[in-house]
Amino acid sequence: MISTAITDLYYGFGVALEPHNLMYCFLGVLVGNLVGVLPGMGPVATISILLPLTFGMQPVPAILMLSGVYYGAQYGGAICSILLNLPCHPPHAVTCLDGFPLTKQGKGGTALGITIIAAFVGASFGITEMIFLAPFLVKVALEFGPAEVCSLMLVGLLAGSTLAKGSPLKGIAMTVLGLLVGIVGSDIETGQPRFTFGITELFDGVEIIALALGMFGIAEFMNSINNTESVDLRYAKVGISDMFPSKEDLKKSFWPMIRGTLLGSLCALIPGTGPTIASFVSYATEKKISKTPERFGHGAIEGVACPEASTHSSVQGDFIPTMSLGIPGDTVMALLLGALIIHGIVPGPQLISQHADIFWGLIASFWIGNILLVILNVPMIGLWVKLLSIPYRYLYPSAMFFVCIGVYAANNDMFQVGETLFIGVIGYILLRLDFHPAPILLGFVLGPRFEENFRRSLLISRGDLLTFVERPISAFFLFICVVLITAQIYVWLRKPKIIAEEQAIEAQVRTTPYSELAG
Amino acid sequence: MRGKITVKRDYYAGGLMLLLGVGAAVTGTGYKFGSLARMGPGFMPVVLGVVLALLGLLIAGTALGSSEPDDKKFLPDNPQWFGWLCIIGGPVLFIILGQYGGMIPAVFACVFVCALGDNTATYKSSAILAAGITVFGVLLFHYLLSIPFPLLRGFNL
Repeated sequence: MISTAITDLYYGFGVALEPHNLMYCFLGVLVGNLVGVLPGMGPVATISILLPLTFGMQPVPAILMLSGVYYGAQYGGAICSILLNLPCHPPHAVTCLDGFPLTKQGKGGTALGITIIAAFVGASFGITEMIFLAPFLVKVALEFGPAEVCSLMLVGLLAGSTLAKGSPLKGIAMTVLGLLVGIVGSDIETGQPRFTFGITELFDGVEIIALALGMFGIAEFMNSINNTESVDLRYAKVGISDMFPSKEDLKKSFWPMIRGTLLGSLCALIPGTGPTIASFVSYATEKKISKTPERFGHGAIEGVACPEASTHSSVQGDFIPTMSLGIPGDTVMALLLGALIIHGIVPGPQLISQHADIFWGLIASFWIGNILLVILNVPMIGLWVKLLSIPYRYLYPSAMFFVCIGVYAANNDMFQVGETLFIGVIGYILLRLDFHPAPILLGFVLGPRFEENFRRSLLISRGDLLTFVERPISAFFLFICVVLITAQIYVWLRKPKIIAEEQAIEAQVRTTPYSELAG
Repeated sequence: MRGKITVKRDYYAGGLMLLLGVGAAVTGTGYKFGSLARMGPGFMPVVLGVVLALLGLLIAGTALGSSEPDDKKFLPDNPQWFGWLCIIGGPVLFIILGQYGGMIPAVFACVFVCALGDNTATYKSSAILAAGITVFGVLLFHYLLSIPFPLLRGFNL
């Protein structure tokens, strides 16, 4: 098994190192790093804007580039957290706790250096996990019939909505809303137009880019206009020479890095728990097992190394269920899955065998991309720090331009721009009512496939709902669903005790923006 | 329980979900429902609509049951009506001017109006930003990516 994996990986490097693909991979990580640094821009909005521009491209470079944006943004997000104390990227919110005190002590460069090492370690492990686990999962998944696929999707949807931040009930409501939005358009089997209200443009369904940019672009800008704190750049002075950590720092962060990596890769495997949860969990664990927990929050280097390693290993591991089963774990993965579908690639267990170039090319590009990011971040740190000073009042109008033209370019249709605006306003209302938009996208992407498989499995069983319980694998997935719901009810009943600890950490991190909270 | 009934935000939240759910279910009954073995196009909309409506009731119900004060208002503390208007106005102008004017006026107007929404923005700073983005946008999208969007309708640019 190892030898086949190495042969496949070798092939993947061949794909990823083609000059054309390499260029787009570089472009992706560069753009990702850039938006990661900029406070107020997220990978979801960026990937949605770039998506229409990839329509004319081959699928391989397109996917390499879009994925590069996602993990590239993680490198940039840490800079923002450590130097400015701005938790604008949820997975890195927890890094602020110890990163910013370090910056204040003049050790911001060391923190960044450790972050880059931790990121590389975490990512490497996540990628290795993907190399060995994804093909194994595929073997299992090839046995799946429509009933199993259906139950598995149910697990993904439920986990994605209940494990995200905020009220689980509201999360589930958003998932259902997403499923309903996914229904808009012509029915697959009968061609009957549904929820189109006579608007011809809606017959093909709601555009995924319009949904993502409305929810994560326009709604977000409406929320943060005149509401952003001025950026404090006093401490943000870092040069390359500051970035090399001392031996002692390295020694101190070695084990936290390993522990964070393992925790992160575990979190990646559970659908619905992405990098944000991974980083919070690993920080809490590290603090608990530390001999000197009182140092945490006052500039402990372990408090930077552990969550960062965890985030990056989780980010790479996130690709496993998406690529092998076709079930995305969070918003960004849902978007990437949408991108695959747009490029005419059917996600699911058959992806690895049918599109080996995409799968193995993607894995190889992760290695290349992460190395590129390390190279980008060390010498160019001065440039990234300068970018931090771009004020929000210039950022959001520019982003609005990209939103408008990106949506227009998807179909060369002004109707889509209006659709995005409409969704954006609705999204803002939902935000004000404490609904988090992430599960909508998840429901939207999975919705049509869920309905198709649900119909098919009941057609096979002649309308017998018991088919979902009689088939053992499907029953197992349903059992997980029951466990998830029971756990939520249990937590809700014993709210004060269990949540207190989690909230203690969250209270320390100042109000995190709501975007991509499921991530 | 008599006397002060405080309106909580979750009542609105639940109510909105109830409304959307009932709306979806009612619209869904207009399509063929079918049977479990042979589902029609109306099956999923109705089922999901009912589920969403129930979730709405649950959300409002748990808010009713909890004693926690929810003093957060629906509107933020300092509502940014002008800012919101600008953010909505930008894309609206983009649509109108894009349809009848072309890419240059559409992009300029969109960025200009959006930028005005910030409290510290002036006409001058917004215009400079808009001009810069327009030049950049034309270079990137028209010349480099060549998306089919005439720079100025009526002129052969």
